[in-house]
Amino acid sequence: MNPVTALERLGNAVLNTLGTIGRMTLFAILSLSHVFRPPFYLREFGMALMNIGWLSLPVVGLTTIFTGGALALQTYSGGARFNAEAIVPQIVAIGMVRELGPVMVGLMIAARVTSSIAAEIATMKVTEQIDALVTLSTNPTKYLVTPRVLAALLVVPALVAVGDVIGIAGGYAVGVQNLGFNPAAYLKNTVDFLEMRDIVSSLAKGAAFGVIAATMGCYYGMNSGRGAQGVGRATKSSVEAAAVMILAANFVLTGVFFSL
Amino acid sequence: MIRMENVCKSFGDNHVLRGMTLTVEKGTSMVIIGGSGTGKSVALKCILGLIKPDSGKIYVDGQDAETADRDAFLSRFGMLFQGGALFDSLTVWQNVAFRLLRGSLKRPADEARAIALEKLRRVGLKPDVADRYPAELSGGMQKRVGLARAIAAEPEIIFFDEPTTGLDPIMAGVINDLIREIVVEMGATAMTITHDMTSVRAIADTVAMLHDGVIKWTGPVSELDHSGDPYVDQFIHGRAEGPIEAVR
Repeated sequence: MNPVTALERLGNAVLNTLGTIGRMTLFAILSLSHVFRPPFYLREFGMALMNIGWLSLPVVGLTTIFTGGALALQTYSGGARFNAEAIVPQIVAIGMVRELGPVMVGLMIAARVTSSIAAEIATMKVTEQIDALVTLSTNPTKYLVTPRVLAALLVVPALVAVGDVIGIAGGYAVGVQNLGFNPAAYLKNTVDFLEMRDIVSSLAKGAAFGVIAATMGCYYGMNSGRGAQGVGRATKSSVEAAAVMILAANFVLTGVFFSL
Repeated sequence: MIRMENVCKSFGDNHVLRGMTLTVEKGTSMVIIGGSGTGKSVALKCILGLIKPDSGKIYVDGQDAETADRDAFLSRFGMLFQGGALFDSLTVWQNVAFRLLRGSLKRPADEARAIALEKLRRVGLKPDVADRYPAELSGGMQKRVGLARAIAAEPEIIFFDEPTTGLDPIMAGVINDLIREIVVEMGATAMTITHDMTSVRAIADTVAMLHDGVIKWTGPVSELDHSGDPYVDQFIHGRAEGPIEAVR
């Protein structure tokens, strides 16, 4: 391939990517700006809270309990190589709260909520329901996007907190039942080792991941192509984008919180 | 009165509207006919601001649609979409009363429900339909609910996008009669787009033929059969031979 052509393609790809990130950022800012401007759609907000928060609890609980248990086993067997088996409670606590809790919950929300939002809004677009909203004097961003993004911003940190606790409980169960830890000592080590900064970073990551997950679902849904293929593509792209952006944001936020 | 002046709209290389000019007098029922893909739906969406024209002007009662206050402007319109476009997550009565439950026309839920039931009755649906979801209704019933929603806030202007598509001839006749009755009863200005010549004759006061992005002919429905326009003649008789290419 001609080097100039290759450079041209690379330049176009970079420009397209930057353009998409810019549009997504503006989309998120616009949707959150509606939080402060009436009318407010409380019913839609309540339904989004229920769907994103309450109905995600089972998958969050199952994911984090197994993750916490596996982390305890890995830490024990890895620590045994240099006689450090006793650090299981501390590593499980810090691992779950700082990293695995927020990331696992974020990815589960991307899989469950982002896909569902994208498919629902894309279907509404394909079946002219978005146009119908406009003709009924209702701003689609305010009605469909803002309640979901706001609900995710508020409820995903709570899910992360629940996930952290359940993950630690999974580690505790494995530690006490399989690895012979004393229950009281395990709990004391866990509580003593965690700092407020760990918990704040966990909740902040949850809020950021929630906004990313809901925004990606809404963005790809509102910009979907026509027909079943358009809905499918919007759903797939939204989950891919949300997962990648959650992991990238996790890296950035970890740097912000812990490399200072 | 609705007036479109030299409206153009392209999607990439596809020039859909190429200078469409049309006037719909207040209180009359205009039907736009034309083949698939000739821009009929695009024309309606341009008036509503769902699509921004590339050039040209649109006026509603002398007011420029582009500069008008959006909420006030849209509150004058009702629209029946081709597929109904009912909101899946809401019950039938909540769909019909959508405008009455939020925004500037908001009123108490009991009152909104009562109005919704009255509009459902007006389109021939019983009250027991009110608490069902759209997915539980047949295509004809969904069209009626869409019609009830379009008229719920008693708009001055109503758009009908392919109101009888996908319906059996009897249900199509029922919908046509309903549209005619409601438009006359409310004194509304109506714009309908359709391929269905039975609908045209049932609904229209005036007819416009859209082809190649421009209005080829317009006149009273009584003159439709003697228009002298080769495009209209070919279309209303469904002939493959004529100035309109059968394969586009």
